[in-house]
Amino acid sequence: MDLRDTPEEAAFRAEVRAWLDTNLPEEKRGWRGGAQRFDDAFGREWSRKLYEAGYAGLTWPKEYGGAGAPYSFQAIFYEEMAAAQAPAHVGVIGLGMAGPTIMAHGTDAQKEAHLAKILSAEEIWCQGFSEPDAGSDLAAARTRAERRGDVYVVNGQKVWSSFAHIADFCILVTLSDPEAARTKGLTYLVVDMHAPGIEVRPLRQITGEAEFNEIFFTDVEVPVSNRLGEEGEGWQVAMTTLLHERATLGFALTAALDVGVGRLLSTAREHADGDQGHRERIAAEWIELQALRYTNYRALGTYQRTGMPGPEGSAIKLRWSEQNQRMTKLGRELLGPEGILDDGWWHHQQLRSRGNTIEAGTSEVLRNIIAERVLGLPRSR
Amino acid sequence: MDFAFTDEQVELKRQARAWLAERYPLDRDFDAPEDDRWSELAELGWLGVSVAEDEGGVGLGFVEEAILLEELGYALYPGPYLATVGFALPSLGPDERAAVASGETKWSAEIRGFVPWLSSVDKVVDMDGNAQDARGEELPTVDPSRPLGRLERTNGAPLPGARDVAHARAAMAAEAVGIAQRALELGIEHAKTREQFGKPIGVYQAVSHQLADTYTDVELARSLAYWAAWCVAEDDEQAAIAAAAAKAFATEAAVAACERSIQVLAGIGFTWEHPLHRLYKRALWLEGLGTRPSELRAEVAEALLGVAVPA
Repeated sequence: MDLRDTPEEAAFRAEVRAWLDTNLPEEKRGWRGGAQRFDDAFGREWSRKLYEAGYAGLTWPKEYGGAGAPYSFQAIFYEEMAAAQAPAHVGVIGLGMAGPTIMAHGTDAQKEAHLAKILSAEEIWCQGFSEPDAGSDLAAARTRAERRGDVYVVNGQKVWSSFAHIADFCILVTLSDPEAARTKGLTYLVVDMHAPGIEVRPLRQITGEAEFNEIFFTDVEVPVSNRLGEEGEGWQVAMTTLLHERATLGFALTAALDVGVGRLLSTAREHADGDQGHRERIAAEWIELQALRYTNYRALGTYQRTGMPGPEGSAIKLRWSEQNQRMTKLGRELLGPEGILDDGWWHHQQLRSRGNTIEAGTSEVLRNIIAERVLGLPRSR
Repeated sequence: MDFAFTDEQVELKRQARAWLAERYPLDRDFDAPEDDRWSELAELGWLGVSVAEDEGGVGLGFVEEAILLEELGYALYPGPYLATVGFALPSLGPDERAAVASGETKWSAEIRGFVPWLSSVDKVVDMDGNAQDARGEELPTVDPSRPLGRLERTNGAPLPGARDVAHARAAMAAEAVGIAQRALELGIEHAKTREQFGKPIGVYQAVSHQLADTYTDVELARSLAYWAAWCVAEDDEQAAIAAAAAKAFATEAAVAACERSIQVLAGIGFTWEHPLHRLYKRALWLEGLGTRPSELRAEVAEALLGVAVPA
């Protein structure tokens, strides 16, 4: 146990910090997030810069164009990005989910076609998992994929897909065999978002922006060679995607929270009213942030030793989302009457945070996962 | 950065768990007087974990002590280990440290006017950092195994080391994590086996989600407690704020863990016969001793924001 950076880690941290200092324009720091990350053309340009500097796919193996760095480097990178309030790489779905899934289950041709372009942000990816009648229950997916010769013909609807309106490819969970037992009839496809028959409709959310989309598939032909894994193995392939989502998510989430708590402290200093209740709540949020930070470090230790994310990780998203809701509420409250002014930073963050306990696993589902898979309680369904 | 235990630390934790489970099972008779097996603790090296080898100790550090404290909490160990090693040891000089390691002297410390285990220790570090003989009136507390005393002071003998508040707080946090973990496990065990309406009650989310919440609390508390332990062991500049954060969070987590498990166990959890109330009382004792969570958060706020200026 040693919380200090190793000499290699310290050198990498210094390098990232210096690079951000030089390359990140002042006015692009402290984005409020949300739709800005793809509405502003800078997002893609910035992603390319991160790639050229070697910071995209830090932990990806070198043979796939990554840096082959240990996970601690990824953690350091997120920490430094947070400290500089730098915008994230726009290809988060590709880097965190599609890429690792292709590496695990893809053919050589699929790897050749996509991995390098995911890193360089030439290809933006989106995720087609949730459906109107299959939110938390992925196995209930009804988007049909019918095999006809060399293609699957896809019909159906996906929802809550971020980046779909700018995406080039989609990782799609489809139902290929409606007769099969639950989860056995699913097939995982890579779909070209520019193919005929695909319609993307932005989904306006409670902040007023549209970060997410509905995707409609009407007789979309997807080559069989775009399948990831075997027909009927879509469930297992999707679990790989979600495992990777959760393994690397913790540090990214905590980095965002770190920025938020930093902002909370400056808001508190600007609007100091000596209110002990407020001060105590601010301290509680800072403490919770440290608890999440060091839980990430513990999870990282497990991950580096075993190659599998440990049980600590499942707690992080749940606690992060609830903390972000409390913290943004508090930030707005500290502003007093100004807090309800439209388009204020905290106001926006508070509204956006309501999605945090719904996206990427609702809190209810996460508690079920903890109860059943971590604590070993009997299944509730 | 590496925030995982070494193989030796993992082994120490495993050995402590096994040794304590055999001697301090949770189904023991808590109402009978308990043996603290102090000389056995000395033989195991637990009393001198952080004492230098040439002083008769093991030459390890506070992280190892925190590991033991967590396990002692888990087993509801009755003796004044927390007071001797957690509260007093950093104030002591080489001779006194050697006498702790050998099991010869038990110590406690005066914390906001109270001395835990006053009548069962030999010596006390008073508020000014002087050594006092352990004399005075003893008062029962919510935890019957942990009375508090009012010290009868003499001039006392100055001790070489300063009082180490962060060390004491981090020690309490570590013990609280063990208690929270045990309360969680009792809740899980009951939810798996107790059947109502034809099913184990753990299938009901109103039950299982309470335990999931305890789990996340315990994991976060553990992270803070280990962070604080490392900072204290390394004399890191964040030791004070980390220990304040850890004591506030971990003791509240332990109290909440016990409260949820009492609810999950329902009737049986409310009986004197079941050990859950012993865990609950120890958690309340840790939360209440010294600086309480809301005061600790005020300290953290002061470190982050400066002194409060009333409007």
